[in-house]
Amino acid sequence: MFGKLSLSSIPFDQPIVMWTLAGVVIMGAFVLGAVTYYRKWTYLWKEWFTTVDHKRIGIMYIILALVMLLRGFADAIMMRGQQAMAAAGAQGYLPPHHFDQIFSAHGTIMIFFMAMPFVVGLMNMIVPLQIGARDVAYPFLNSLSFWLTACGVVLIMLSLFIGDFSATGWLAYPPLSELKFSPTVGVDYYIWALQLAGLGTTLSGINFVVTILRMRTPGMALMKMPVFTWTALVTNILIVAAFPALTVALALLGADRYLGMHFFTNDLGGNAMMYINLIWIWGHPEVYILMVPCFGVYSEIISTFSGKPLFGYKSMVYATVAIGVMSFLVWLHHFFTMGSGANVNAFFGIATMIISIPTGVKVFNWLFTMYRGRIRFTVPVLWTIGFMVTFVIGGMTGVLLAVPGADFVLHNSLFLIAHFHNMIIGGVVFGCLAALNFWFPKAMGFKLEERWGKWSFWCWLVGFYVAFVPLYMLGLMGATRRMQHYDNPAWQPYFVVAFIGAAIIFAGIGFTLLQIVVSIRNREANRDLTGDPWGGRTLEWATSSPPPFYNFAVLPKGEELDQFWHDKEAGVAYRQPAKYEDIHMPRNTGVGVFMGAFGVLLGFGLIWHIWWLAILGLVGMIGSFLTRAYDRDVDYYVPAAEVEKIERARMVPLNGLIDRVDVAASEQRVA
Amino acid sequence: MNSSVITADGIAVHEEHHDDSSKTLLGFWIYLMSDCLIFSALFATFAVLSHAYAGGPTGKDIFDLKYVLGETMLLLVSSFTFGMAMLNMHADKRNKLLGWMVITFLFGAAFVGMEIHEFVGLIHEGAGPDRSAFLSAYFFLVGTHGLHVTCGLIWMGVMMHMVHRYGLDGIVKRRLSCLSLFWHFLDVIWICVFTFVYLHGVL
Repeated sequence: MFGKLSLSSIPFDQPIVMWTLAGVVIMGAFVLGAVTYYRKWTYLWKEWFTTVDHKRIGIMYIILALVMLLRGFADAIMMRGQQAMAAAGAQGYLPPHHFDQIFSAHGTIMIFFMAMPFVVGLMNMIVPLQIGARDVAYPFLNSLSFWLTACGVVLIMLSLFIGDFSATGWLAYPPLSELKFSPTVGVDYYIWALQLAGLGTTLSGINFVVTILRMRTPGMALMKMPVFTWTALVTNILIVAAFPALTVALALLGADRYLGMHFFTNDLGGNAMMYINLIWIWGHPEVYILMVPCFGVYSEIISTFSGKPLFGYKSMVYATVAIGVMSFLVWLHHFFTMGSGANVNAFFGIATMIISIPTGVKVFNWLFTMYRGRIRFTVPVLWTIGFMVTFVIGGMTGVLLAVPGADFVLHNSLFLIAHFHNMIIGGVVFGCLAALNFWFPKAMGFKLEERWGKWSFWCWLVGFYVAFVPLYMLGLMGATRRMQHYDNPAWQPYFVVAFIGAAIIFAGIGFTLLQIVVSIRNREANRDLTGDPWGGRTLEWATSSPPPFYNFAVLPKGEELDQFWHDKEAGVAYRQPAKYEDIHMPRNTGVGVFMGAFGVLLGFGLIWHIWWLAILGLVGMIGSFLTRAYDRDVDYYVPAAEVEKIERARMVPLNGLIDRVDVAASEQRVA
Repeated sequence: MNSSVITADGIAVHEEHHDDSSKTLLGFWIYLMSDCLIFSALFATFAVLSHAYAGGPTGKDIFDLKYVLGETMLLLVSSFTFGMAMLNMHADKRNKLLGWMVITFLFGAAFVGMEIHEFVGLIHEGAGPDRSAFLSAYFFLVGTHGLHVTCGLIWMGVMMHMVHRYGLDGIVKRRLSCLSLFWHFLDVIWICVFTFVYLHGVL
């Protein structure tokens, strides 16, 4: 009846897990109680859960990402704590199986359920605005993508309290992840959480490729698109091209575990290297899927706050496309040591080094954009400068690792760990937090406080170096990754310093949360009435903050690069049309929520071998989808009169401000 | 864009103004390419494992080319009959469309039936997917294709009902076009399966 599931699946004997459970239950009860007390359920359901508005879906993605950042960081600081303690025979406070689950969960969560939702959320929020569109190509699919991602999150959070999580690292290499060596449900949680979320990501990818290719405002040629949209286009093409490999790798591993097949087993002809190849054919593009949109973020920020057009727009676009193409030609550098031979290693080593050329082009473009610009050192700019320094250092250690000979020494060492955190924290996390500060006023209608943002930045920056420079050193001393304990007492001081670094990063996260809370409290003082709080250049700043649900009452022109800047210069920004027209919009739908919920049942049933539940979940998903297919009332028209009313209301405060806006804009012109 | 008419039966009106079927078709093409990559990864896996017999049966031992030729013919003919269905859709001949769809459905169902029969036979002979890596790869690749055909059949059933219920309006035509792409795509995949799995396996 309940498959493998029984009461003993709940780890009552592990106090850390039980205390966490208590904390989650209390906090959850608090949140649910508050929503009930303030009677917000209907509001949440109607305005948020069932929404097909790309801006709200984007906000939900980012909230999800911030919540998962806390979860992933909790794992990180537990690891750092364990390794700071467990030297020279000491065992620390985490038993090996628990420690293994923690590093697996940390990687899985940070990549799939923190970084991915964050960048997908940013693209949701900004891309349609930048191309002057009213929504994405398939609004319902967009909602479905979000809820499938949320479904993956629910499954991975359940693994904390019911059963266990994968203890095989974030990529679940076989044969360790095979049933023989990982007999518990941990790997199954991993497989199904990723498959369901991955389906959502693939659908997002298709959605955004079509949105960008087909829904740009009239006149916007590809080479007139804002850089962030360009990076989003490349990213989504990468998603569509790379995620199938992940789907196949996980499906074959699942076939081994569920159907007794022999793709990656040690016996009967299985070949574990096939999994390693497949997963990295996805995995390497995946890191660019995270990084490339952040390149777009930095480009937008640096040109806005330098008051100059981006230096070398075309070279930036070509560099982005080149990085996208080359990301598929380097996967083998993740396993130089696994016996592919010198020639193969040489090819992939050189290909890897070549990627640093377009990346270097980008760095110089940002530098030259700043050169002789009148730079305003706002929080987004601080993140961008911090990124440029950190990312270049990470890039250099990366080129070092790209030398196969050096990699034989450094493979699976803490040097590697330091390197990729250098890229992902310095590149992706800084980029996401820069974007959060930059576009928050657009999403919410008020700016984030500068002060706590700066505190957060400095803590993250300092904390990053304190935490990871010791890991570089430890790697050179021969410390490998994923050690629950180690014998060499000389390493301990470095681990203690790394732990202090993690604590400083923790303060950085705390300041970001504080920044958000304080800003919400002081929102009246930070209100953005113009829609253009930074002297922006691209079309997302042409509409109000937050934008009306239809984004633009009249589709803007898109004939110039930095169209909105051009309009302000020409004095034609904020011009109202003589007459408004009806606007065609999609209706909200709860089908995405239901499909996500049935997806949880499907995944949970499969994980615990509760077959009736799995069938119920699958039938429920198909059934919900069919109700959508038979629903013919999926869109409506906003009458012109209502559009006019909304636009008039916006112009009341704006009219008084426009003169000032123009002055501010002209002040920013290059001296 | 004269769309100020908002009526209770406004959907038909919307359709004229919002012909997004080209958008949907582009998205569906991209989906198919992504699906094609799934198959290419499976073909690559099959290629890597195609000689990993582990002392078990080889392709020569278990493949019956005549039987597979029969399957192939069923699927190829079903693609032709779906083509006929689409011609009738464009000519707005609803009943002929439905007739050709029923024929296509029967051919597709017969294909799936033959495949299941083949699989069951192999498992009974002790040549199931758990026998060797080669057989795992074979069952998974061919089975994934069969699963796609099955999904296509369910989709086709739903579309027949929709044609019956709504007639040939823009939405139904758009979806039929997608299904048609999907069905022909599966044919192309099957040609590769026939060539690289069966023919090459018997050689």
